[in-house]
Amino acid sequence: MKTVEEIKTAIEAAVPGAGVEIVLNPSVCGQQSLRLAPESALAVATFLRNDAEFRLDYLSNVTGIDWPDCLEAVYHLYSVALKQGPLVIRMRTVNRTDQVELPSLTPVWRSAEFQEREIFDLFGIVFTGHPDLRRILMWDGFKDHPMRRDYVEPDDFEYEPTAHDEVLKRAQEHRSRE
Amino acid sequence: MAVADNKTEKLEGWNRPPVMEPEGEGELLEVATGPHHPSTHGVFRMDVALDGERVIRLKPVFGYLHRNHEMLAEGMSYLGSMPFTDRLDYICSLTNNWAYALAVEKLTGQEVPERAEYLRVILGELTRFQNHASSIGFLIQEMGASGTPLMYAFREREKILDLFEALTGARMMVNYMRFGGCRVDASAAWLDAARKVVAGLPGFVDEMDRLLSTNEILMARTQGIGILRPELAVNAGVTGPMLRASGVNYDIRKVDGYGIYNRFNFRVPLGDHWDVYDRYMIRLLEMRESIKILEQALKDIPAGPVMDPKAKLRGFRPKPGEAYGRIEAPKGELGFYLISDGGPNPYRYRVRPPSLINLTVLEDMALGENVADVVLIFGSVDIVLGEVDR
Repeated sequence: MKTVEEIKTAIEAAVPGAGVEIVLNPSVCGQQSLRLAPESALAVATFLRNDAEFRLDYLSNVTGIDWPDCLEAVYHLYSVALKQGPLVIRMRTVNRTDQVELPSLTPVWRSAEFQEREIFDLFGIVFTGHPDLRRILMWDGFKDHPMRRDYVEPDDFEYEPTAHDEVLKRAQEHRSRE
Repeated sequence: MAVADNKTEKLEGWNRPPVMEPEGEGELLEVATGPHHPSTHGVFRMDVALDGERVIRLKPVFGYLHRNHEMLAEGMSYLGSMPFTDRLDYICSLTNNWAYALAVEKLTGQEVPERAEYLRVILGELTRFQNHASSIGFLIQEMGASGTPLMYAFREREKILDLFEALTGARMMVNYMRFGGCRVDASAAWLDAARKVVAGLPGFVDEMDRLLSTNEILMARTQGIGILRPELAVNAGVTGPMLRASGVNYDIRKVDGYGIYNRFNFRVPLGDHWDVYDRYMIRLLEMRESIKILEQALKDIPAGPVMDPKAKLRGFRPKPGEAYGRIEAPKGELGFYLISDGGPNPYRYRVRPPSLINLTVLEDMALGENVADVVLIFGSVDIVLGEVDR
């Protein structure tokens, strides 16, 4: 596998104005990654999959991350055809509240289908171009995104009939609000 | 089979399930198979639309066992979530331990002593053997052979679980591997007992082979059913025996050579017809290869420590950064992705579950098949819901 610098050069040659940035990894593992600009991510992904030198035909893992100022999606790519990898690519949203769209890479790699749905469900990143973007683990009527760090559990606990101590206090508060 | 045009222009179409139209007149029957159905492997639901006996739409529904495992792990130390990994794929807890330990070792640069590597291989292959044996048993049970093959498989699984219990103290919730080795050493008596069990395994595989492989009903029910094309399998991220039954030569034990797998001599069986029968056969052949690895590992295992004495287990703070560790678990690629912010807890802890991602192609395999075969196709994927829902 080529180094990330060489891959970055190759991407910039194939997709003009791609806006690729190298993300350093100071840990012992040292696996560096590439941050893509969301506008050109689909073109870059298609290039990485189809190019004869990379053939990154297998998307292994899609992860959502909740950073203090934005949300991020990380993709781990491997090549089954050439038995090489990994290449880690990532994309960031503008903020955590109203501009949370990222382009879906499901059209390029089908394995992102359920994983992007999971990130939509648990983190609230909206993947544009996803063929079937619904909640996957939580139920359809559920509000909020449980993997976010500022998530507060809803106060819909079914209190036991003989509540006592802490539970009684919470139950009384809960009933007074109803 | 009518293949509809793409809904959006960006979708390529070839890697999407076709949209099927009902034939002739009559109503569609929509059936919710599960979440508590005798043939589902746990609390899993398939919303199936039927045109007569033919499946024309299938949507899997997840989440009944969702407990936000990833967030639980982000709230505790690295070692604290090791016991929870047992509960992901509870049939194969030892390989879950291994994958998590591997990811943390990658993050911290921790070395593992030789003997611990051998123990990991021995336990990993025993886990693979009992997983494949029981998954074949479950598959045959879903075909209607209630009991016999499953009980044969469980008889063998019981011997292996006895070994696990003798070594780790628990049959399934083992909590055995540590960052930099294994928790306790195996005694000479345990190794002898393991050799004895392994010596009996080829006879069991032969017995299953004779009982099932040329069985007329099994062949009629599974051959040509649930075909998965190799290019779709790769694109949809399918891994493990499912991928190799589609004829794609990709085994992470060979590709990454993690641990000490590159020292062992074993082959990777591949499927020719990409159907349910091939998935059954690949599991049978992989059991034979597992026995080969076990024999070599039990012969060569060296003396020495099972823990790196300098390894830190508790309260360590890895440098900020990230690592992705993956292994060939019995069901496919099991990966753990960890991000450290320099604190004692992981900032982000992600499980890459093979069971969930292998289900991506369930609809593609089931469309156009009879409703009775959907159960078989689902059984041939081999999932555990503890890992699907996390």
